[in-house]
Amino acid sequence: MKQVPWVTRVRRGLTALLFAVVAITLWTPSDSRAEYGDIVINNYADAAGMRPAIFPHWFHRIRFRCKVCHADLGFQFKAGGNEITMLKIIDGQFCGACHNGEIAWSVENCDLCHSGKPNTPTQVHESTIQKLAVPVGQGGSKK
Amino acid sequence: MTRRISTLFLTVFATGLLGSAAAIAQDAKGKPAAAAAPAAAPAAAAPATAPATDVNRFNRLLKPANQRNLPPTQDGIHDPASEGTTALMPPLSAFETLPRSNAGNRVNWVKALEDRAINPRWDRLDPNAVPVVMDLNIVREVKGSMPDVVYPHKQHTEWLDCSNCHPAIFIPQKGANQISMAAILLGQKCGVCHGKVAFPVSECRLCHSKKKDGPIARTGQ
Ligand code: HEC
Ligand code: HEC
Ligand code: HEC
Ligand code: HEC
Ligand code: HEC
Ligand code: HEC
Repeated sequence: MKQVPWVTRVRRGLTALLFAVVAITLWTPSDSRAEYGDIVINNYADAAGMRPAIFPHWFHRIRFRCKVCHADLGFQFKAGGNEITMLKIIDGQFCGACHNGEIAWSVENCDLCHSGKPNTPTQVHESTIQKLAVPVGQGGSKK
Repeated sequence: MTRRISTLFLTVFATGLLGSAAAIAQDAKGKPAAAAAPAAAPAAAAPATAPATDVNRFNRLLKPANQRNLPPTQDGIHDPASEGTTALMPPLSAFETLPRSNAGNRVNWVKALEDRAINPRWDRLDPNAVPVVMDLNIVREVKGSMPDVVYPHKQHTEWLDCSNCHPAIFIPQKGANQISMAAILLGQKCGVCHGKVAFPVSECRLCHSKKKDGPIARTGQ
């Protein structure tokens, strides 16, 4: 199958764009210093006067495989996409499936989860898109 | 007269030194550059630019090694004023015993599992449950110069359930999915996890791992 020349040109253009994007990805701006995969959850916390919650993937994946949370407990692959609230947590859903005083320390340890800097938006720290977004001019933007 | 001048000079000099010491202490990187400058200058400049950085420093954008795996109090997203933050585990103390890698958390999670350096649970309650690992490689031919992509089910099913990928992210049929680097960089397909939690996109060769069989030259490409 012969290819039309403009298709090739478009493809070359896209590849060039891709490499530019990758190049930017590899040079991380220096203000993202938190652990890869740390998730800030802040749909409601700021508005309710609590610090945003921070979920550390590295810490939990040493103890559980992804399947436990993302298949069995039903966490969607989307930061802030699960609409977690304290009521759900004390009823044993989401974080509350483990942070119940049986598997892990329970909910009265507010500050261990609510440890984010106030006004930090919901994000996956160090994600590709976050790294790409910063040079475009919105430091620490929503993922 | 001369004595008074020298006392005055000494006081100014001492203040300057103290100021620069403070500036150096503030500078997380502890770069010696500040000390070389005239003593009074950094003291004056310090309030304006807190992390005193050299405009012509070697790496302008690359994150220096000493800013990786920082403890929660210094990582920029945790609130250092919160008591909870100081109670959290510093990542490096956990990673000390794990095999390292060049990106992401700088932990080679595949090897950590293989070597049994970690033994994360497959079930929330049962520490003895084991995953059903499926050893099936899918080779995806790549147009252009990059080596072909080998997608290994083995390393994935160690961590994940089939339902994590099938059918929402990938239709379980070889070649039925259109995947491109652009989509991956935008957080779709492989990029749902790679570039977020699993090793990042910068590690090209982990995915592009199969040398092309035939000659690379494809006319018309
Ligand atoms: C296991 C982790 C965890 C603990 C412990 C915890 N929270 Fe939360 N909390 C969360 C998460 C996650 C959210 C969702 C954050 C969001 O989307 O803004 C949340 C949301 C909230 C919200 C806003 C939404 C709502 O449900 O009203 C408030 C207020 C709150 N938490 C208060 C508390 C208080 C007070 C405590 C201690 C008694 C506490 N939390 C302990 C994880 C936790
Ligand atoms: C202890 C539970 C837990 C484990 C184990 C876990 N995760 Fe998560 N994951 C979460 C939570 C919580 C979120 C955030 C959900 C939210 O904000 O509503 C999340 C979010 C994500 C996201 C979404 C990021 C985005 O794009 O917004 C991805 C991808 C992800 N996890 C991948 C993984 C992978 C891969 C593993 C295994 C190596 C894993 N997770 C293990 C709890 C877990
Ligand atoms: C599958 C079980 C599970 C789920 C779900 C879970 N955690 Fe945890 N988490 C644990 C365990 C186990 C520990 C370790 C407890 C201990 O040290 O005793 C822990 C510890 C933590 C820590 C402390 C880490 C440290 O540095 O010591 C934080 C913060 C935390 N979890 C936040 C969360 C948040 C926020 C959520 C929900 C978004 C969540 N966890 C959901 C099991 C879970
Ligand atoms: C991390 C994501 C992921 C997980 C988890 C996963 N797969 Fe796949 N699977 C893929 C991808 C990617 C393909 C290739 C699709 C393509 O080539 O378009 C694939 C292809 C397949 C195919 C088609 C093979 C063929 O030759 O046509 C089958 C069958 C399959 N998977 C079954 C499973 C089963 C069973 C499990 C659980 C034990 C599983 N997969 C877990 C990503 C995954
Ligand atoms: C649902 C999440 C998810 C998706 C989607 C996913 N991966 Fe992975 N992948 C992982 C996790 C988790 C690991 C374990 C290593 C890690 O966390 O860094 C892994 C490991 C790998 C490895 C093994 C590296 C090694 O050191 O042996 C390769 C290769 C790989 N992925 C390629 C792919 C490709 C190609 C795709 C898309 C077709 C893909 N992955 C999609 C989660 C995912
Ligand atoms: C998580 C796995 C993964 C990583 C990491 C990865 N790639 Fe890819 N790459 C793929 C897949 C899958 C395809 C699509 C193959 C196909 O056409 O089926 C692809 C395709 C490509 C293509 C062909 C053009 C296109 O967009 O389809 C190029 C060029 C490319 N990758 C370059 C790179 C470079 C450069 C890096 C490192 C910065 C990289 N890739 C890292 C999985 C990966």
